[in-house]
This record gives sequence, C-alpha cells and structure tokens, in this order.
Amino acid sequence: MRKYSVFAIAREAMRAHKGWDAQWISPEPRSSYDVIIIGAGGHGLGAAYYLAKEHGITNIAVIEKGWLGGGNTGRNTTIIRSNYLYEESMDIYEHSLKLWEGLSQDLNYNVMYSPRGVMMLSHNTHDMQSFKRHINANRLYGIDNEWLTPEQARAFCPPLDIAKTARYPINGAALQRRGGTARHDAVAWGYARAASDRGVHIIQNCEVTGIRRGPNGEVQGVETSKGFIGARKIGVSAAGHSSVVMEMAGVRVPLHSNPLQALVSEPLKPIFPCVVMSNTVHAYISQSDKGELVIGAGTDQYNSYSQTGGLQIITHTLDAICELFPIFRRVKMMRQWGGITDNTPDRSPIQGVTPVPGLFVNCGWGTGGFKATPGSANLFAHLIAKGEPHRLAAGLNLDRFRTGRLIDEAAAAAVAH
Amino acid sequence: MLLIHCPYCEEDRSELEFRWAGEAHIARPENISAITDEEFAEYFFLRNNEKGLTYERWRHIHGCGRFFNAARDTVSDRFLMTYKAGLARQPVPTAEEAAAIIEDKTVETWEAVEGDAR
Repeated sequence: MRKYSVFAIAREAMRAHKGWDAQWISPEPRSSYDVIIIGAGGHGLGAAYYLAKEHGITNIAVIEKGWLGGGNTGRNTTIIRSNYLYEESMDIYEHSLKLWEGLSQDLNYNVMYSPRGVMMLSHNTHDMQSFKRHINANRLYGIDNEWLTPEQARAFCPPLDIAKTARYPINGAALQRRGGTARHDAVAWGYARAASDRGVHIIQNCEVTGIRRGPNGEVQGVETSKGFIGARKIGVSAAGHSSVVMEMAGVRVPLHSNPLQALVSEPLKPIFPCVVMSNTVHAYISQSDKGELVIGAGTDQYNSYSQTGGLQIITHTLDAICELFPIFRRVKMMRQWGGITDNTPDRSPIQGVTPVPGLFVNCGWGTGGFKATPGSANLFAHLIAKGEPHRLAAGLNLDRFRTGRLIDEAAAAAVAH
Repeated sequence: MLLIHCPYCEEDRSELEFRWAGEAHIARPENISAITDEEFAEYFFLRNNEKGLTYERWRHIHGCGRFFNAARDTVSDRFLMTYKAGLARQPVPTAEEAAAIIEDKTVETWEAVEGDAR
C-alpha cells in the first residue's frame, strides 16, 4: 500500500494522477479462511482490520451482499458522541470516541473526524432533569458533557431560535464538545484499504445464503452465491439483516428491523457550526463539508426491510427543524433515503458469543451504530480472536435477555440515537 | 405512508390513525411463574422479524380503538389482508387473490365522498 501524504499528492500532480493504486483488491474467494465476517460495513471491515492489526489474524474474508459501505454505513447522519447514561454504554462509546480521535492517522486515510460539538436541546423540566443526570453521570465517569443556558446555546449555535415565544422554547442544552461528525464513506473505505493491505479479502456482491454446521453444532463455513466458503469462526455484523443471517444458524436474536430515514438539503455556505439534536421534538441536524444540511428523521413504527419510510416521518422532523431554526425555512431538500436499523428491546447493542460454537454476533446498534464504528469493531475483533468478550463489551452479551440484566438506555434517556 | 384496512370499521384509513402493536398470535404462558428463564425470554423478547410475510397486530387507536391482526410483506410493506382479533392465523391469499384484493380496494378520497355530498 502506498502511503497517502502531501508528497504523494505533489508527486501525482506532476504525473497527471496516473500512479494511484486501487484502494483495495477484490479477489475471488478462497475455499476457506480462518475467520469470515458477514457484512462489509464499517463494523465488519473495522473488525477485520483490528483482527489483522492487533491479533495477527490475516486469513480473513469479509463477505458483503451488496457493495462495501452501501448499507447503514453510507446511510446515517454521521453523528459521533459518547454522552450515554449507563456505564456499559459509556464504556463502549467512549472507547469508540477515543479511537475516532486518532483514526485518520491510524488508517492513513482522512475520515474527516470533526469534533465540532454535539448540543442536545432541553425543552422542558423533564429534559433538564434528564440531561443534568446524564451530565453528572458522564463527568463522574470522565466523559466531557456540560450544561448551557439558552443564551450560551445560541452563542454556540447562532441560527438557533431561543425566543420564549418560539413554538418549541428552549430552557437549556447539554453540550459534548468532543462530539461531532466524520465522513461516513471514508470510514468504510479507510478500513477496507487498511484491511486489504494486511491481506484481508473483501468479497463484494456475494450473498450469504446459509451457515453450515458440523456434527457438534459448530460452524464450518457459509454457503454463498459464490459457493461454499469454510471457516471455523464466523462473525455476523449484518445490521438490519442480522436476524435473517442468525436465523440461518438457528439462533434467534431479539431484534426488530425498522426503516430510519435521513435527508440532505441543497448545499449552503458554512452556516451551521455544530450538531444539534432535539429528542423532545425529534430533530437532529448538522452541516456536511459539502455544505448540505444533514437531517435525521425517525424510525417507522412497523418492522420493514424496505429501505424507504413514511413521508409523514420526514415532514414531522422538518416541522421541528423549521421551528428551531427559522433561517432554514426556505431551504430546499435535495435527497431522502432510508436504512434498516436493528433495534433491541432495551435499545442497547448485542455483541458476544452465541449458543453456536464459533459463531459471534455484533448487532442491535439500532439507530446509533455509526458513532460506535471503531470501538465496536475493535472489541468485536477481540471477541473473535479470544473467543470471549473484552471487559468493555462484557455487558452487551446476548444472555442479558435471559438473566434480565438489561441496559435500559432508551427508557432512561427517552431518545433516538 | 401506509393505507390500512380496519376490519372493524371496514374502511381503508391512513397509517396516522393506527399504532403498530408487534407480532401477532403470541400467547402469554398460562403458568408464567413456573416457566424457565429461557422460556420467559423466548415469550417476552424473541420475535420473528421476518423478511417477507409477517403476521402482526395493529390498533386503530384514532378510530374505533380496537386491536386487529394483519398479514404484511415486510419488503414491499404491502398488506395482504387484515382480520379481526381472536381469529386464528389466517391463510395468506394466493397471488391472484391478493391482486384481486388490491384491485378491489376503493380508496376513500375527498372527491369521492365529501365532493359528492356537496
């Protein structure tokens, strides 16, 4: 792999840019691998990268039904934060945030991580109490989070309407300054390039149709549209389709797949300096480096794999955006799309061993998986390599639905992610 | 937005009037204090989450308020049928029957109803 640097750009500028290599190779699959990861999104590619980098396992295939980064990795609103309430959540999201801070250097790929601050608006007394509880929990755990008055909130984000007569008046905000955004495609591409460089095979347009198991129930490999591929360890990281893949191995996981929509506006000059979220009126918004306003809507109420979603969901979000930021009322929306999120009953992810020997699962990231990409991938790699979870991910096990030790993040925060 | 047929009101109404209520035909164990943790997790948390045909409950919360069951394709989001609560799992209509059902559905538009009344 040729290193990307300012010198490489200068050299290629003089050669009409004819010397750039392909970022990753697309080989035909071998008959077997040490590890197969199903799903080439950020989590799956990242897990392959960390397996190669930190655990010395390089005989890995990442198998993808479509194209890499074409699922939820390419469909989210790229928000990164770690201001969760419970220790299990704070552990993994903060681990992830720390990896985000050095990710571009680690991968030699600019993922455009931008810690521009994530501000969560409080609209009523319940919000204020809940956010202050989060702030205190975070600060006790060593995670930055602070309370802002409405005036401080507007100073941080000038387009915000804080008038007392506003449709959705604001009585404060919680701000995590280290939160922000990153370029989602670059995350998938950067992990793919770095993993491919270490010998990982990324096999796109190859659908897994079955999981073959041996006489003792252990995994032996996967049936795919390109034939059987053997492996003694399989990691499932298939986001909205995780329950479909797990069903192939006879394992039921407590997931609901729901469409979640996002949309972007026409490009504007830089006008919006941070990420703003309002859980109460359900709106979140930031501005991409291209200038588009990136807006997240909510999930549909029913199970679906349709990758679209109801128009009323978007309308509801835009109503809120226009009230909070009257300056955007005449901005035109350019594109809208949906992704399939896999939601657990307690709205916390599942990462751990399964009843099937050799089969590991990483799913249930629901509406908030992008921020967790490096941390989740890093800990999933540890899980696959060692056969047991890392200390930071131990609470995310599948068994918690039997023991009752849930991580009830949604009920505590009343948020979408 | 989905258009949903309420089997009690016998009308196609917009999704805004309805609340999704999870997978259908799940019976609460009668001896719930006696079942094992595994059985409880199965009953309480595990759902089919099918890609394709699914049976689910809906509630006409801003209409008659009643629960009913539906068969829907989760890839196209098309409703194959709805039927009253308490009925056993209904066989799914064949492709021809489903096409006929969809053909037969008269959508209640303002022009058709209010317009005529005026």
